[in-house]
Amino acid sequence: MADTALTVPLRSPLSQAADRLAAATRSSGGAIRLAELPFLAQLNVRLDAKGAAAAAVGLALDLQLPLQPNTVVRAGELTALWLGPDEWLLVGPPGSERDLESRIREATGDEHVSVTDVSAQRTTLLVAGPRAHDLLAHGCSLDLHPRVFGPGRCAQTTLGRTQVVLVARDEPGAGFWVLVRSTFAGYLADWLLDAATEYL
Amino acid sequence: MLLIPCPWCGPRDEAEFHYGGQAHVPYPENPASLPDEEWARYLFFRDNPKGPFAERWSHAAGCRRWFNAVRDTSTNEILTVYRSGENRPAPVEPRSAVAACPALEDEAPSGPTGVQGAEPPGGVEGAEPLQDGTGRGGGGEESPYRHPTRGRIDRDTPLTFTFDGTEYQGYRGDTLASALLANGVIQAGTSIKLGRPRGIFSAGVEEPNAVVQIEEPFPEPMLPATTVELYDGLVASSLPGQGRLATEPDPARYDAVHAHCDLLIVGAGPAGLAAAAAAAKSGARVILADDQPELGGSLLGTAQHLDWVREVTEQLDAAPEVRVLRRTTVFGYYDDNHLLAVERRTNHLGAAAPENVSRERVWRIRARRVVLATGAHERSLAFANNDRPGVMLASSARTHVNRHGVLPGRHAVVFTTNDSAYAAALDLASAGLAVAAIVDTRPEPGEWAERARAAGIEALAGHAVTGTQGEARLTAVTVAPYGESAGQREFAADLLLVSGGWNPVAHLFSQSGGKLRHDETLGSFVPDTCRQAVEVAGSASGVLDPATVLAQGAAAGARAIEAEGYPPEAPRLPEVPAQPRPTPPMHVYVVPGAADGPRFVDLQRDVTVDDLAIATGAGLRSVEHTKRYTTAGTANDQGKTSGILASGVVAELLGVDISALGTTTFRPPYTPVSFAALAGRDRGVLSDPVRTTAIHEWHVAHGALFENVGQWKRPWYYPRDGEDMEAAVLRECAATRESVGFMDASTLGKIDVQGPDAGVFLDRLYTNMMSTLKVGMIRYGVMCRPDGMVFDDGTVIRVGPERFLVTTTTGNAAAVLDWMEEWHQTEWPELKVHCTSVTEQWATVALVGPKSREVLASLAPQLAVSNDDFPFMAWRETTVAGIEARVCRISFSGELAFEINVSPWQGLALWEAVYEAGAPYGITPYGTETMHVLRAEKGYPIIGQDTDGTVTPQDLGMSWVVSKKKPDFVGKRSYARADAVRPDRKHLVGLLPEDPGTFLPEGTHLVADGVLPAPPVPMLGHVTSSYRSAALGRTFALALIKGGRDRIGERLYAPVGDQLVPVTVAGPVLYDPEGARRDG
Repeated sequence: MADTALTVPLRSPLSQAADRLAAATRSSGGAIRLAELPFLAQLNVRLDAKGAAAAAVGLALDLQLPLQPNTVVRAGELTALWLGPDEWLLVGPPGSERDLESRIREATGDEHVSVTDVSAQRTTLLVAGPRAHDLLAHGCSLDLHPRVFGPGRCAQTTLGRTQVVLVARDEPGAGFWVLVRSTFAGYLADWLLDAATEYL
Repeated sequence: MLLIPCPWCGPRDEAEFHYGGQAHVPYPENPASLPDEEWARYLFFRDNPKGPFAERWSHAAGCRRWFNAVRDTSTNEILTVYRSGENRPAPVEPRSAVAACPALEDEAPSGPTGVQGAEPPGGVEGAEPLQDGTGRGGGGEESPYRHPTRGRIDRDTPLTFTFDGTEYQGYRGDTLASALLANGVIQAGTSIKLGRPRGIFSAGVEEPNAVVQIEEPFPEPMLPATTVELYDGLVASSLPGQGRLATEPDPARYDAVHAHCDLLIVGAGPAGLAAAAAAAKSGARVILADDQPELGGSLLGTAQHLDWVREVTEQLDAAPEVRVLRRTTVFGYYDDNHLLAVERRTNHLGAAAPENVSRERVWRIRARRVVLATGAHERSLAFANNDRPGVMLASSARTHVNRHGVLPGRHAVVFTTNDSAYAAALDLASAGLAVAAIVDTRPEPGEWAERARAAGIEALAGHAVTGTQGEARLTAVTVAPYGESAGQREFAADLLLVSGGWNPVAHLFSQSGGKLRHDETLGSFVPDTCRQAVEVAGSASGVLDPATVLAQGAAAGARAIEAEGYPPEAPRLPEVPAQPRPTPPMHVYVVPGAADGPRFVDLQRDVTVDDLAIATGAGLRSVEHTKRYTTAGTANDQGKTSGILASGVVAELLGVDISALGTTTFRPPYTPVSFAALAGRDRGVLSDPVRTTAIHEWHVAHGALFENVGQWKRPWYYPRDGEDMEAAVLRECAATRESVGFMDASTLGKIDVQGPDAGVFLDRLYTNMMSTLKVGMIRYGVMCRPDGMVFDDGTVIRVGPERFLVTTTTGNAAAVLDWMEEWHQTEWPELKVHCTSVTEQWATVALVGPKSREVLASLAPQLAVSNDDFPFMAWRETTVAGIEARVCRISFSGELAFEINVSPWQGLALWEAVYEAGAPYGITPYGTETMHVLRAEKGYPIIGQDTDGTVTPQDLGMSWVVSKKKPDFVGKRSYARADAVRPDRKHLVGLLPEDPGTFLPEGTHLVADGVLPAPPVPMLGHVTSSYRSAALGRTFALALIKGGRDRIGERLYAPVGDQLVPVTVAGPVLYDPEGARRDG
């Protein structure tokens, strides 16, 4: 993708909402921070958590895949989210998806491991600021109290009327990543901006 | 909303799960060996027990794992969950029902041992006799009905409002009802059936009479004036029992919020406040919700312990984990301690409400524990003409005085069956109301009556009110010895204060699944036991003694947080002065003796004792039936003042005890909730997610009209200037068949299937063979349900030896992935395969038509595009317009065609490049309508349009897609069922109207004869798709017709309007049947 990216610029699912998200962030006076984090590398990794492949992937990425449901492990620029007992979402910096995929495939050899590039399947919204919890609570039935959903937690759930992967960022008060299917991203941005009206 | 514990993710809302039917019904080892009957049993028969039932669930919106749950089908309680493949665990006991009000140590026995907040007369600070006045609002002079000092109104903030066209003044802190009373207005409407004048009857949500229409700032019908906080500029009018919906859209915002807590306390009266005080400092997360603008509940109405109320309020407002929700009515109590409340956030601000704040907010509260401190409603009595304006509940009159500084009248008679009205009467007398007499049905009313007499009020023991006089307002009350007609006395009065006893507000408790029991002493129904983690405290539990109410509340709050692991504390509770010794109430519903006027039971529905007598006379024996027969209790007050009274009346009529009759069922909502509040922000564009592709903005910019396909907006057609749909579609079809067209096919579902067993897996799910597909090639496939009916279709691309890419129809992408996961996780866990949705990983442009090869060649210089190099149903990786692409030679139109798949981040760039490269050939964007015409001309079915879950591949004429070689696949066994081979099954065929211009609406039925026989008319089938074809120069249709393939060439008739349109049955492939155009 490196050579084509030069000639054909990439457009993210929320490129058209960027101005509105930035405007809301500004007018909230710091209460809410909304922004798209586009083009993050995302790989869906499926393997037997108890098999040799899990350890091999851990070694190759220098990151242990989380085994505790709905938790996150971070190492350097990589974040691994638990999606299921044999399923993880590996999130890395933009453009790193091919390198990550080949590292995993090389490390696991003939093991039954599935790796799927899903970088464009979802985009990532940053929802931060002191009112981030309140904003998400308008449409998310999970208990997001810091005692319950603090750093290191993630969850697949519903926000508004769309499915999302919710990730608590690694410092208390740093807000959330909301990973949303790309074609629902416009709806979710509209929804978040509408829900944020009261905090602006 | 159930809370279902996912074995992986823990408890989540029911809405995140899909139900999968009975568990442990394995797919038969060898379906082919089963007789039809056994196969049918597997397909169609499931257990349906009452009680524990093992069933499958999928955490669809979470980890997507299938698991098993044992659910009690009679209570919906999930008894246990276990992972797929695990054995059913040993039986688990259901939650047991526990007492809603555990006994207090040293607790006074429950029952009316006293009266809420009763105090000696004159005990209210600053109480002064009412001064006479003459003004009637509007001027600077105080109204004669406004008390000079009492009330919690803000006398520095006068407000102007209009009622029935007259302008009045009130104060902040008034309700519309109290402000009307202060202006001497008590009549607030006329009754719905009889048109009788009706007055303000209460001071709260139980109000049956004063239900008004708000006209400005925004029209809203049927609000009890007793619950409308007064604001400046309020315009309201009285109603004849029925309101009017607004005709204009509501400009206000509404929203919802989810909340979680260790303890939810409903009601901030003495019990609720005591409970909150016990929990406030513990660190437990506490929500206290109350429907009033300030905390205190009944204490505000009696003006007692207000220092304590203030102290606790400050403590709660300062506690970090305590949330106090004022103006919030908890209106529904659902499974697993899920409660809904509505907060009225800006209603009381009138036109000054800020635009960016929601007017009402629905709180969706999930509470570990609940304390219901919902109080009690005073009950009325059935006597002749008990509906005149001026008849009011005794405690409500007291509330109007102490909360709003308003005397509802000047000369009162009090009519009671119990002690509580004495405290009200004494307090009202101290406020300056002339109380002519207290009429008590009890022969020996005891110490309270003595206290009244000592205060100079006549107490008539063993008497009853038998009638009233007055038109617009009560003028006189007739009193007689109880049960007698002789010895009548008449009192001049403009107010008759009634107390027939107290009904605990058990609505929420009852909704929670709690059982009520009849309390003999109280003469009403009180909470008994419940399976949910709930306690009931205070007068909601039937306790009326103030000290006990407080102690019970504090104990309930402490118990709740202790159970959640937090340390409770004993809060400071106010000292309650000694009370007169109580005398038990008398249980009266209908005042005995001849009545010279209607005795109303349900004021809002105009239901009288006589109406109920007609119901019981007609043989009805249940209050549920008398309710439906008479409509008693069905108005928007839901019978709050009339429900128990109606039960009591029916019991008397039937000659049974009220305890044997019970109550009607309490259902949410407790008070009416507007649809706007329930809809929240899920309105307009946010009512359902709109899914758009990466190319959407181009479609918009080029004038496309859109069709909703599931949640997608797909371009429907692209009309040019002046074109209607018919012209645009004919043009798009012609351009595509004659030169080249292109469409956005990004919405098709895509699933990546990886693993050494991927081929075997797909072989089991598709009717045809997929494992034999070569890498680099593509195959069309059909998926069926076990009953053999078509479920989805699409192409399968072999990406690598162990990797396939499956495409699904646009609407079925999620369903197909769920289907794959279900079979893999629950039936074939041994298969080494993984399925991942990649629908949005790709943007897809379909390039279609005889010139598509030229266009592609110009964009993909490295790609050999000739038919030999790039045959039909092959795919290639290359660069198209400088973008990495996977190009597939697939056709859904019969034309030479390519599908170009790229990253959606570059989808728009690709689309624009194709548009530019195709310009020399007049490339034409086309939408779903043209796609439908092109495919229908070729007889390609659309799943969900030409099929409806009752159609097999064979019915579609696609036997070729059903493998004869595979030993089994999902659906195969069903093709051998007798039903699958009936000769009169409906087949997909083409239809040609004999007049080539006649268009058959989709859904049109087909009949055999040109003259309709007498009904029932035998129907042969129906039209599933119908279009005008540019290529054929005529209209045509696809239809499912009984034995259709054997009717080809026959003439049938289609009833369209009054006409029977003759049509000819044809094969489904009407265009290029020899397939000559496929390779260009």
